[in-house]
Amino acid sequence: MAPTTRSQLSSARWLRSWWYHATFYAQTWRASVVASILFPFMFLASLGVGVGHLVGAHTGLVEGQTYLHFIAPSLLATTTMQLGESESLWPVLASVKWIRTYHAAAATPLEPEDILVGKLAWLATRAFFTAIAYTLIIACFGAIQSWWCLTLPFIGTLITVAFSAPLVAYASAAESDASFATLYRFAFVPMFLFSATFYPVSAYPGALRPVVQLFPLYHGVALVRAAAYGTGSLGPQLAHIAVLVAMAASGVLWGRRTLRRRLTD
Amino acid sequence: MTAERVVEARHLVKRFGSFEAVKGIDVAIDRGESFGFLGPNGAGKTSTMRMMSAVSQPTEGTITIFGLDPRTDGPDIRRRLGVVAQEDSLELELSVRLNLEMFGRYFDLPRRVVRERVDELLDFAQLTERADDKVDNLSGGMKRRLTIARGLINQPEILILDEPTTGLDPQARHLLWDRLYRLKREGVTLIITTHYMDEAEQLCDRLVVMDRGTIVAEGAPRTLIERYSTREVVELRFSTDDHEEFHSRLSPFAERVEVLPDRVLLYVNEGDETLMEIHAAGITPSSALVRRSSLEDVFLHLTGRTLTD
Repeated sequence: MAPTTRSQLSSARWLRSWWYHATFYAQTWRASVVASILFPFMFLASLGVGVGHLVGAHTGLVEGQTYLHFIAPSLLATTTMQLGESESLWPVLASVKWIRTYHAAAATPLEPEDILVGKLAWLATRAFFTAIAYTLIIACFGAIQSWWCLTLPFIGTLITVAFSAPLVAYASAAESDASFATLYRFAFVPMFLFSATFYPVSAYPGALRPVVQLFPLYHGVALVRAAAYGTGSLGPQLAHIAVLVAMAASGVLWGRRTLRRRLTD
Repeated sequence: MTAERVVEARHLVKRFGSFEAVKGIDVAIDRGESFGFLGPNGAGKTSTMRMMSAVSQPTEGTITIFGLDPRTDGPDIRRRLGVVAQEDSLELELSVRLNLEMFGRYFDLPRRVVRERVDELLDFAQLTERADDKVDNLSGGMKRRLTIARGLINQPEILILDEPTTGLDPQARHLLWDRLYRLKREGVTLIITTHYMDEAEQLCDRLVVMDRGTIVAEGAPRTLIERYSTREVVELRFSTDDHEEFHSRLSPFAERVEVLPDRVLLYVNEGDETLMEIHAAGITPSSALVRRSSLEDVFLHLTGRTLTD
């Protein structure tokens, strides 16, 4: 049957796009690796140990954890979110408009969907290994308290794809990067600060709490904490997962349209 | 023996919103031909090329490439094509060699095959000594040759080139033309768009002249020149702000007179004779030049405009 052969062909094709990204990264990763290892250590030393000292003296434990242990897991969530953001806006606009490497790829047997899936699959791969590294770093600071931590690499991957899929779709349709800085200023940075990242959602007045729960990152942070401590019941975790999966899925569907239009019109 | 048809387009239309870039053209290209699309910017050449690359779909009409339909067999067609777009779209941070190797992966070529071909293509593009340099450090002509080499990594049956020498200096252009001749001799079908009439004359066995989304003439370069122009052209410049005033005075001396903003063109068979007659009649241009007719003259005759308007 024809549809079967087509899907077999197409699975091989997105892998070629994945390979392209992997080869590119293998050539260029050295520049960023030291900073990305150093940053979490500095972050946890400053906020976790430093601010944690004050918090400990003032209020004692936060949701049953020391302040250091409370904020350490959220670092995995914010980092995988930032990976999704930074790799999906400018690099994609460059590939479809400035340097046009996606146009070159679209002139090969690859279809726009293959280019999209290969890109997201590569980011998922990077997120998986980034999340493993961060799990180990968080463990160094003593915040890993459960075997559920084995799910952290998958949660990190989900967070990255949940952010990158809609952003790749958006960047594929963009004519300039003018809106990207606005996105950072008015969406990503507030989300980073206010998603119950540095204090529990109970710190907000009751009326604001549902608003915080609208932030996608809030669900990522909640999932990561639950997995690190082995706390929380299954129902809410499934709800968090559902939100992130919905973002990823709608991003892929949107991206199929925008990237195809960009590359084939 | 009849030649194999590799591209056949019927009533091809491409619309972007309300703008019609290609207005129902018919084209047939045979295997081994060098086929050109000559026309000014905005003539619809790039839109046509993108349809022939099985990348963009026609709004109306049909196109088959290797007898296959791009709507259903896009990947199978593109596997056999090489495309060199107007922009080089190279990975500037990576080496020359890696740019070729990574592109080979898109065609799922075995690693060993890619390595062999990359060495051949580096030689072909005269970039062997620059193989390990970052692409960013190459000259414009070198980048262009690399892009062409990249388009050859899958040993395509058809190589499609959109404005291959735009922006290159004369020496780089000639080097590139030489590489394209070599491909032609090896039997690769070339499809070239250009707004340079000398490029079209040099490289194309057959071409269509495009203007505003339509084909206004088709044939071999020499045939088109013979059909639409005279053997020679006399170009005259006068010290005047308006060359139009010389139109009627010069008409008796030529089959046809074209007035451009900066000069007057006289279409004649014997340019030197005409020039002597003009001088004898007491008309004194500030400069005069006799040359053979070119595709530029064909375009001017057919559209009333120059290619670089």
